[in-house]
Amino acid sequence: MHIPDGYLSPSTCAVLYAGAGAGWYSALKRLKRVLLARVIPLISVFAAFSFVVMMFNLPLPGGTTGHALGVTIAAIVLGPAGAILALSIAIAIQALFFGDGGISTLGANCFNMAIVGSLVAYGAYRLIAARAALTSRRRVIAAGVAGYLAVNAAALLAAIEFGLQPVLFHDASGTPLYAPYPLSVAIPAMMIGHLTFAGMAEAVISAGLVAYLQVADPVLLRGSSDWAQGPSGALELRPAGSSLRRLWLAIAVLMLLTPVGIIAAGTAWGEWSPAELAHSASVSVAVSSQGATVPSGLERLSKLWTAPFPAYAPGFVRSRSFGYLLSAMFGIGLLLCLSLLAQGVVARYRRRGSPA
Amino acid sequence: MSRGFLESTTMAFARAITRAMLSERTARQRGLLQSLDPRVRVVGLFSLVLAVTLCRRIDAVAGLFALAVVLALLSQVGLAILAKRVWWVVLAFTGIIALPAIFITPGDVVTRLGTVFITAQGLRAAGLLVLRVETAVTFTALLVFCTPWSHVLKALRALRLPREAIAMLAMTYRYVFLLVETAAQMFESRRSRTVGVLAPAERRRMAARTAGVLLSKTIETSSEVYLAMQSRGFAGDIQVLCDFRMTMWDYAGLLLFLAVGSFAVWAGR
Repeated sequence: MHIPDGYLSPSTCAVLYAGAGAGWYSALKRLKRVLLARVIPLISVFAAFSFVVMMFNLPLPGGTTGHALGVTIAAIVLGPAGAILALSIAIAIQALFFGDGGISTLGANCFNMAIVGSLVAYGAYRLIAARAALTSRRRVIAAGVAGYLAVNAAALLAAIEFGLQPVLFHDASGTPLYAPYPLSVAIPAMMIGHLTFAGMAEAVISAGLVAYLQVADPVLLRGSSDWAQGPSGALELRPAGSSLRRLWLAIAVLMLLTPVGIIAAGTAWGEWSPAELAHSASVSVAVSSQGATVPSGLERLSKLWTAPFPAYAPGFVRSRSFGYLLSAMFGIGLLLCLSLLAQGVVARYRRRGSPA
Repeated sequence: MSRGFLESTTMAFARAITRAMLSERTARQRGLLQSLDPRVRVVGLFSLVLAVTLCRRIDAVAGLFALAVVLALLSQVGLAILAKRVWWVVLAFTGIIALPAIFITPGDVVTRLGTVFITAQGLRAAGLLVLRVETAVTFTALLVFCTPWSHVLKALRALRLPREAIAMLAMTYRYVFLLVETAAQMFESRRSRTVGVLAPAERRRMAARTAGVLLSKTIETSSEVYLAMQSRGFAGDIQVLCDFRMTMWDYAGLLLFLAVGSFAVWAGR
């Protein structure tokens, strides 16, 4: 999954460096809030650990072997910010010193594996492990699933980056200038290996490490994303601080920004209504040769469901911007209600299941 | 089977240590690249990697590959080492990836092999990819073979990389070898006590246990390093000493690197 130099165009590399830069900046900023002196050796030695784990030749079911990334255990123990930095450092050393992965593609590799990999691993682990006891078997399964998903998310991103190259970068004769395969080839080619061997290797090592930590050092599994310095200077973890206020603020800002979508002219590609499709000159030329302006299937299926707020604008609202805002508020409110409902059901189920 | 798994992992650790030792040895030799300021080497070779990725013509990339070979010879980096550690590895990996492009890239048919067609565009795409990767990886390898890691870090600091990142890179590099050696010893001791064939599930458990012990050691080591930093009065202010001095020779080298890179991009546009 380490993309070498030459597979991606300079502009793709620049975009992914920018994405990775944003991830590094926010991770470093977050960690600077805690004791820097404690964080630097922890992340450095953990990066060295990830580096070594990547060299493990893991036996997999089916008699084959594979290499893990070590991103999941980093995300579980260090939290996403620590994992992003630890994995990025390990990937940088692999590229700069061992020639594994390129220099121009360092941003892409860190974005795929360190940033997206860490976030997916952390999110999946927290979601599945939920509030299970530290020694619960559920945490072992959560780590395995998180590892599998993280590696495949990173691989899928790499495949998309490869697959976009021949579409965007080719010469006048149609010769691809970088990775030569389109998405239809790049995605299956990349994913077959990762859905089977690489994903399984990460799942095996992550689940195995969590099972080991449950016996040897369960404090590392508290599922936190922050560090605190104990009186002896030893590593201690504290639950992640509640950042709900910030989340609400971010949601409010996003809601206020929803009318920005009106600025864009026309309809998003592929999201046409039957009427728009009929009036689109380019599309109608393409389909009229087959004797129909709008495909009959589309016309029939489009009547199956009528949205309460078609085109994000309820019928009684005249201002389009206000319609967007109202739609955003309605959508978020609906999601909150569903989430509270689900929480209520789960809580009731747990109360019933717990011994009296 | 179990021996294969244990041996291959131990061999991977040994290869990493051997490669690091080889790099440190070649970096101390007298050669063209070694005579330049490390900052010039880093900027110059990075700019050549960038030039390789910017070139759109195969002949321009071939010219840069020839330049990489000349630089290697003038810097006492043996072509046999480059062939074994870089060119062959890239050819095996990228060559296999690029091969189907010869047949599936649409374009002008050059010849026919049974039921499949070879296109001119496919040949060019595969050739360009392999040569581009070979050239870029050779320039990176030249940097590694001709520059001690400590100098690379100082040069990166001179390029305004954050101090925290430099400190972490330096510390990671140091502890990579400690952990590689520890892991190698664990695998070696396990191998010496293994008789017969282990069941696949037992092999997986063993790998996870070894990684787990290594993780415990990692956390312990980080606490020890932290206490050592405290005992030396570390207060969060990271200093990276950079005592390099640029001479006329270094400025000329930097100019030449940038000029060659720019010319290659212009010629290969």
